[in-house]
Amino acid sequence: MNCIKEKRQLSDNVFFMKIDAPLIARERKAGQFIILMVDEEAGERIPLTIADADETAGTISIIFQTVGATTMKLSRLEPGDSLAAVLGPLGRPTDIRGANGEKPGHVVCVGGGIGVAPMHPIAQALKAAGNRVTIIMGARNKSLFVMEDEMRRIAGDDLILMTDDGSSGRKGLVTEPLKELCESGAVDEVIAIGPPIMMKFCALTTRPYGVKTVASLNTIMIDGTGMCGGCRVSVGGKTKFVCVDGPEFDAHQVDWDLMLKRMGAFKPQEAAARDHVCNLFKGI
Amino acid sequence: MTAKERMAIEPQAMPEQDAKVRARNMNEVALGYTAEMARREASRCMQCAAKPCMRGCPVAINIPGFLAKAAEGNFEGALAVIRETSLLPAVCGRVCPQEKQCQKFCTMGKLLKDVDKAVAIGRVERFVADLAREKAASAAGKGVPAPSVAPSDRTGRRVAVVGSGPASITCAADCARAGHDVTMFEAFHKAGGVLVYGIPEFRLPKAIVQNEIDGLKALGVKVELNYVVGRTRKLRDLMEKDGFDAVFVGTGAGLPKFMDIEGENLVGVFSANEYLTRANLMKAYDEKGHDTPFWHGRRVAVLGGGNVAMDASRMALRLGAEKVYLVYRRSEAEMPARKEEVHHAKEEGVEFLMLQNAKRVLGDDQGRVVGLECLKYELGEPDASGRRSPVAIPGSEFTLDVDTVVVAVGNASNPLIPATTEGLEVNKRGNIVVDAETNMTSIPGVFAGGDIVLGAATVILAMGEGRRAAAGINAYLAKKGSAS
Repeated sequence: MNCIKEKRQLSDNVFFMKIDAPLIARERKAGQFIILMVDEEAGERIPLTIADADETAGTISIIFQTVGATTMKLSRLEPGDSLAAVLGPLGRPTDIRGANGEKPGHVVCVGGGIGVAPMHPIAQALKAAGNRVTIIMGARNKSLFVMEDEMRRIAGDDLILMTDDGSSGRKGLVTEPLKELCESGAVDEVIAIGPPIMMKFCALTTRPYGVKTVASLNTIMIDGTGMCGGCRVSVGGKTKFVCVDGPEFDAHQVDWDLMLKRMGAFKPQEAAARDHVCNLFKGI
Repeated sequence: MTAKERMAIEPQAMPEQDAKVRARNMNEVALGYTAEMARREASRCMQCAAKPCMRGCPVAINIPGFLAKAAEGNFEGALAVIRETSLLPAVCGRVCPQEKQCQKFCTMGKLLKDVDKAVAIGRVERFVADLAREKAASAAGKGVPAPSVAPSDRTGRRVAVVGSGPASITCAADCARAGHDVTMFEAFHKAGGVLVYGIPEFRLPKAIVQNEIDGLKALGVKVELNYVVGRTRKLRDLMEKDGFDAVFVGTGAGLPKFMDIEGENLVGVFSANEYLTRANLMKAYDEKGHDTPFWHGRRVAVLGGGNVAMDASRMALRLGAEKVYLVYRRSEAEMPARKEEVHHAKEEGVEFLMLQNAKRVLGDDQGRVVGLECLKYELGEPDASGRRSPVAIPGSEFTLDVDTVVVAVGNASNPLIPATTEGLEVNKRGNIVVDAETNMTSIPGVFAGGDIVLGAATVILAMGEGRRAAAGINAYLAKKGSAS
C-alpha cells in the first residue's frame, strides 16, 4: 500500500506529497516518473514526475497542480490515506552530462511552474557529476515558485528567478536569461522542463546557438510501459513513445505543435470530469 | 449410436443476443449452450479412431474423450479430461479460432462438407467450464475450488512470473502445482494481461478472468500488482538479490504497430490497444462513472483484419458511433480474425471495406481527424505468408468521412525487459530467443513464453508456451535441487 506520509499545500493549487513507495525510492534515477491512481475501480492513471526520494525512509516526493479530476481528488487526500496504485520508476533516466566519462560543463536547467520539481533530482545529479549548474526558474508570480530553497542550494548564485509580474526576481520570460547565457557562449547543454509551450520556446531560443537542448515531456499516458501508444510524439519525423523512448528528447527535434494538439485531445471530457469532481467537493 | 444417427443430429446453434440490441450493450454476445444442447452437440462427435481434431489443437486436448463424457451428460468428467492439458477452458472455449484449429479437421465437418457443421468443440468446452464455475460459485459463494498444494510437497524454490496474461497464468499454475513458491508481477493495477485490457467484456466477461486469477491465489500464487519488472526491479536483481531461483517472462507483444502514414499522430488516431484499454480496463463503458476520458467517435475507421480490429470496431458501436468502417487491404478470405467475430461484427452493422487501405489521415487546423484517404487494392501473387498479396491500384484514392481512426495492425514485442536485461538474447524482431523444448532463454534460469517469444499469436498458443516453460522450469529446479 502506498500510504501518504506528508502533505503540504504550496500555493492555491499546488501540493507537495511524500508517499510510501520503497521499491520506487530504491530504483529511481533522475528524470524518471511514476503513474498513479487515486481510485481503484473508476480511477484514471496519470503520470507524475518524481521531485525527490529517500531510499532509507522508503519514500518518494511528488509535487502536483490540480488541473483535472484525478489531481483534484489527490489533493483531497491526507496523511494516512493510501493511493490505489503507484507504478514506477518509469522512463529512461536522464543522461547526466559528466557522469559517464565525458567532460562536465556548464548546464542550464530551465524549470517552468511545477516543472521545477522534476528538475530538482536532475540538477542534483548534474551538480554531483561536476557540472556548473545554472537554474532558471519561471512562474506567473512569486507564490507559484516551488522548491526555491532546494534549487538555491544546488545553484547558489547561479539561480535566476523570473516572474510574469515581477513579484520576485526579474520580470519576464525564462527565455530571456536563457538567450543571454547562450549569447555569452558559455553554455554546453540546456535542459527544459515545464509547460510544453515554454519548452517549445526554449528550443527555439537555443536553436540558433546550436546548444544541445533536452526537454522532458509529460504527455497523456495509460500504462506507461509502451503498450498503449497514447503518449506518442513525433521527434525528428519519427514516432516515439514518451513512456519507453523518453521522457527526455532532443528539444530541437520535437514536433511541439503536434504535441500541444495531442495533449488537448480530451480537453472537453477533462473539463467535464473536473467540474463533476468540483461539484462533488462543494457538496461535502 | 450409429454414425448415421450422429450425422442426423442438427448442429446446435449458439444462442445469442439480438444483433441490434447487443450492438449497444456490453453484455456477452454468445449466451452459451444449455445442458441439453451441449449433450446433443457432443453426441455429434463420431469418436473416430484417427482423432484429427487433436492434431489441430495447439495443446492436444483429448477432444473425443471429453466430448464422449459430455454426450453422456457427465460434464464434470468432460472438464476433467480438458484440464489434463488445458488450464483455461472457459477462456479458450470463447476466444480460440476453432475453425482454424480443432474444428478444421473434424471428421463430421468433412462428412458434411462444411467446416461450419463440424462438431462445435469450443462451445461444448465453454459450457462444461462455465457449468463448473457456476456450480462452485453457488456452493462457495465465489471462485473455483482450486486444490492447494500440501505443505510437505513444497520445494522451497521461488519462481517469479513476469506478466499476468494467458502464458503467465498457465506457467504460474503449473509451477505452483509442482510445489514452488510463485510470485506473479503485473504492471497494471489488475491482473489478466490482454484478457482484461484487450479482449472486451462482450466477448470475454471479466468475471471469468478474475475467476482464473482467484484460482491461482488459491494455489498459493502471490500476485504483485503495479510492479513493472525492468523498472521497479531489474530482472537479474530478482534472481541475484531477491532470491528467485527461476524467472518466467510472459510480457506479451505489447508495443502497438502503426501504419507509418501521414497524419497518424493526429488527434483522434488511436492504437487499438489504447482504444480498447480505455474502454475495457479503464471502464469507459461504465455508466456509474469513470475518470479516464474516452474518445466518442461519431464515424470511426478501424484498420486491420484480426480479432483486435473486430473488437475495436464492435466496441466503437457500443460506445455510440453512428458509423463504423473496417478497412482491410486483403479480401475477407485472408482475414486472420475468428470467423464468428467477423460474422458478429457484420451482423452488428460494421461496414467491411475489403481490398482497401489507408493512405493518409486528414486533419483540420486543430490537428483533429476529419477524414481518411484510402486506396483500392487488388490481389496479386502469393507472398511469403502464402496469402495473395494486395497490390494498390494507382489513382484509386477516395476519402472516408471519419473523425476517428483506430489502428489495429498488430503488435511488436515490448522492448522493456530485453533493454534492461543484459545478456538476454532477442531476434531481429525483438522476440526473446528460447530453447524449443524447455523455453529457457540465453540466461540460465530465465524462461520465456507467449507473444514475447512468438510475436502476436493466440491465447491457446500462449497457454501452450506457458505450460512448456513451466515443465522446463520444474525440470531445471529439480536438477538444481539435486546438484546443490
